[in-house]
Amino acid sequence: MATGEEVKVLGYWSSPYALRVKWALKLKAVEFDYMEEDLTNKSALLLQLNPVHKKIPVLLHNGKPVAESLVIMEYVDETWKQNPLLPQHPHQRAIARFWAKFVDEKEGEEQEKAAKEAREHLKTLESGLEEGKPFFGGESIGFVDIAAAWIGVWGEITGEIVGIKLVDEEAMPLLTACFQAVLQTPLLKECLPPRAELLEHSKRFRQKLMAAAAAST
Amino acid sequence: MANKEVRVLGAWPSPFVMRARIALNIKKLDYEFLQEQLGSKSELLLKSNPVHKKIPVLIHGDKPICESLVIVQYVDEVWSSGPSILPSDPYDRAIARFWAAYIDDKWFPSLSGIPRAQGEEAKMAAIQQVRDGLELLEDAFVKCSKGKPFFGGDSIGYLDIAFGCFLGWLRVTEKSNGVKLLDETKTPNLAKWAVRFCSDVAVKDVMPDTDKLAEFAKVLFAKFRAPPPSN
Repeated sequence: MATGEEVKVLGYWSSPYALRVKWALKLKAVEFDYMEEDLTNKSALLLQLNPVHKKIPVLLHNGKPVAESLVIMEYVDETWKQNPLLPQHPHQRAIARFWAKFVDEKEGEEQEKAAKEAREHLKTLESGLEEGKPFFGGESIGFVDIAAAWIGVWGEITGEIVGIKLVDEEAMPLLTACFQAVLQTPLLKECLPPRAELLEHSKRFRQKLMAAAAAST
Repeated sequence: MANKEVRVLGAWPSPFVMRARIALNIKKLDYEFLQEQLGSKSELLLKSNPVHKKIPVLIHGDKPICESLVIVQYVDEVWSSGPSILPSDPYDRAIARFWAAYIDDKWFPSLSGIPRAQGEEAKMAAIQQVRDGLELLEDAFVKCSKGKPFFGGDSIGYLDIAFGCFLGWLRVTEKSNGVKLLDETKTPNLAKWAVRFCSDVAVKDVMPDTDKLAEFAKVLFAKFRAPPPSN
């Protein structure tokens, strides 16, 4: 750790939002301490650092907390200038922010229960990619890639559980290739949660969602 | 003279559209305001925002930019010689973005929840949610403003725009439900800020008159049996 620079991340192993933060820091070669939260028993630190939402991820930089994964990503990009995540040109930046927001609105974890809809939104997301450019960021991994590629893992797992192919190579070839390229990057791959555990966790999560939905009808 | 280089697709009642217009006003930019009609979407809108088909859209030259807060940041970055909209310090920017996200994801939906609430109990709960949110925003104001008149400091900034655009609908909701939400005894700083915000030169011509907005709300409810648009 560079002297004077204290970077901590509060996260959860199965959270794609925490993954975004880890990826952003890794791509910039920023060292950080990772602290795994027990979401069934949230730490006093988490409640103190994110009193509004009481959620992970939280980035703690020299004692100052930043919450909300996309907000954290912008902060990381502005604080550590190497390997920019957002493009330079304002219009390209606006497009990146647009797609990142789209991912959050349409592909959040809660969307797992509406798999068919999620699949349609992924087809829309495909339109953000250009033939011949491997990533949303162009030649290199950028803001939207970090915001979205988790879908390649979580989407596949949801697909397995509900029997619908979410990230469909035929329907969305560019998106499939983009996600694969991001997920296979060693620096980023090593942050991924173990697949078998994620599958079990997702099954339990879905059961809870179904139970809650049934209870409220 | 309207500048055809910058166009805003929108509608006068929309708080999201207002954000774009305030940002352009802060930069003292001329623009053409193309208003969509309630209940129909123009060809230009469908072409410029095929993903969401929603206003506002900023069209700069031939490039469309969608999503109100994305537009505000775009305006700030392109016309960087004008007064700054986002704070200059990365941490202050993160705080402003955090609260803007809170307003969009939690607070405005809670405001929209009041007219949607079925029954007295649900209505009271919805009202309380809005009030709780305002107390959080009161704290945020104190921290962000650091004794200055706006969230952004001496002049209107990102978070002022993100939140202030809803003041018209807030007042309409207060009126039509006979309830005080922005209470100077509970959130004194916000109450004073609201007055300053609405009278600011970048805001006053684009903030709709409360009565006019209330009339529009009636039309909207009648036509769609739904509360304010939530883009």
